[in-house]
Amino acid sequence: MSILGAGIFKGMAVTLKNFVGSYFDKDRLTTNDYSWRPDDKLPQNAGEYPKEEGEQLSDTTTVTKYSRNFPMLLHDGGEPMDTVRCVACQICERECPPQCIYIEKDYDENGKYIKRPAVFDIDVSVCMSCQICVEVCPFDAIVMNSQFELSTPNRFGGLLLRRDDLLKSNDYYHQIHPEEASARDQKMAEEKAAKEAKKKAAAESAKKRAEEKAKAEAEAKAKDEAGGKTEDTE
Amino acid sequence: MNLDLIKDILVATVPLLIIFPSLFAFTTWLERKALARIQNRIGPNKVGIPCTRISLFGLGQPAADGIKMIFKEDIVPRGADRLFHLLAPILALIPAMLVLCFLPLDFSFFAFWDEGIAEDIKAVQSFALDGAVIFFFAITGLNTLAIFMAGWASRNKYSLLGGMRAIAQMVSYEIPLVLSAVIVVMYVGSLNAEKIVLAQDTLWFVFTPWGLAAFVIFFIAALAETNRSPFDLPEAESEIIAGYFTEYSGFKFALFFLGEYIAMFAISGLAVVLFLGGSLGPGVTVELVDGAKELESAFAGLPIIWLLAKIFALIAVMIWLRGTLPRLRVDQLMAFAWKFLLPLSILNILVAGFAYFIPQENIGPKVAVWTVSLGILYAAAKGLNSLNRADVKPREYKYAE
Repeated sequence: MSILGAGIFKGMAVTLKNFVGSYFDKDRLTTNDYSWRPDDKLPQNAGEYPKEEGEQLSDTTTVTKYSRNFPMLLHDGGEPMDTVRCVACQICERECPPQCIYIEKDYDENGKYIKRPAVFDIDVSVCMSCQICVEVCPFDAIVMNSQFELSTPNRFGGLLLRRDDLLKSNDYYHQIHPEEASARDQKMAEEKAAKEAKKKAAAESAKKRAEEKAKAEAEAKAKDEAGGKTEDTE
Repeated sequence: MNLDLIKDILVATVPLLIIFPSLFAFTTWLERKALARIQNRIGPNKVGIPCTRISLFGLGQPAADGIKMIFKEDIVPRGADRLFHLLAPILALIPAMLVLCFLPLDFSFFAFWDEGIAEDIKAVQSFALDGAVIFFFAITGLNTLAIFMAGWASRNKYSLLGGMRAIAQMVSYEIPLVLSAVIVVMYVGSLNAEKIVLAQDTLWFVFTPWGLAAFVIFFIAALAETNRSPFDLPEAESEIIAGYFTEYSGFKFALFFLGEYIAMFAISGLAVVLFLGGSLGPGVTVELVDGAKELESAFAGLPIIWLLAKIFALIAVMIWLRGTLPRLRVDQLMAFAWKFLLPLSILNILVAGFAYFIPQENIGPKVAVWTVSLGILYAAAKGLNSLNRADVKPREYKYAE
């Protein structure tokens, strides 16, 4: 038996806690929090955006470590297209609820599929920043950017981000979302280690099985020979 | 034409027309700030005094919004009924402003320089009207018409849906609203707002068992009547864009907005008059003058301050609830009015009658009346709740495992 209407008061207690807490606890104000950034990376007018008319932020990559804007494609440094993680599997394209991703696979001159995208477009005027593409990507290739200065005089082309606009290095990812990036790196390393261990185990078990098979065959052969003898005796 | 009449009309209406729209501006700021803080944001904090860097916690925001609204383009859809599209926001504002004059607000202290004008204001103000409560409900009922007019004249699916939702909601919730107000009227034996306030000189009606229940029902129904969250279905942003004012922009939209907030003040004012002792409070006492009760205050204007403070307390709770509760579904909304609030408010009338005829001089009967009445009401509410609750089964998936 619960008291009638108790849930409403419980909810009101939660909102009251948020209301009062936001005046005392700066960590609650997640939309304007610069406390995590080192001082030399701090935009000139840290805290709120835009502060004064005509004043620009020196750094438009991120407002807070919590901000997520539109997706970007990760590469592992060096020449972007050589180390791009995306293999053009098109899972994100199919999962995207507003259908704002367009991917074409890349082929070499022999018509053989090389695992990278030839075309990767995201229409940010359609994207709803749901992060489903990030969730479904099995290669950790697509993650959220937090670049917020995207205004453009060109209404159509300017809001269609091409592959080369989307390619960002893993270092940049570490810079804008440090915690998430290291967690992702760690996860990838673990997955890789697990895969290798599995491979190794598979190889070992294959070897073992081969050995067992050989042994069994040898035994069978021996048995056969022995059996032949017993048959003879009977 | 009689110049005195014009003067009287002006002195009686101008305070209402100045005070409440400025309170509306302040309330929009308050609401935005409070909701922002509830959601761990800062809220408007840039606009202050123009041409300076003084921001005053964003208090200039309502003025900036008002200027923006006036200069925005007024768009009327091609297929719309232009006349009614224009009339609807005006009709939405007028009843809301009109009912304010039934609240016992004594503005005579504004005319401190001229005794004559002060007397005029006292004489003209209609709060002494004997049928104030009836008039209040009669005139707030017009609001429904304005909303449906807006929904119909816009020639837009969403507007019409919003208008129809508004009619269903307002007609349903008017009944528990009136039934819980009726209890106070029966108890006092008068429809006069001032007499209702004077009857609460020893005990505000909210501090009686039936008064408490009636106040809760009245407040819930008032939320629905003024289209406030969690009953904001007529303008549900996430479902039907903006409901009946989807096709309104610029100053017409501002008029709707103003009307909505003024209606909030008016209905909170009525709740304060009926249950929270009106303009009574420390410094304001009831004295017997020539056998009739009269308000005596420590200084002029104190009653109005108390009344407005109580109204703002109720508005703060409304904002708080808006920040807390999700919107109801249409069927839940209707079921709540007809299957829960209506039986409960009828039962409350019976309980109030029972409490009225039991002498309550001593503490013993008082406690007994409190426990028995609240026990009956709570048991009824609990029973109704369990009757209304549909069997909730765990969700069954048709295709997925």
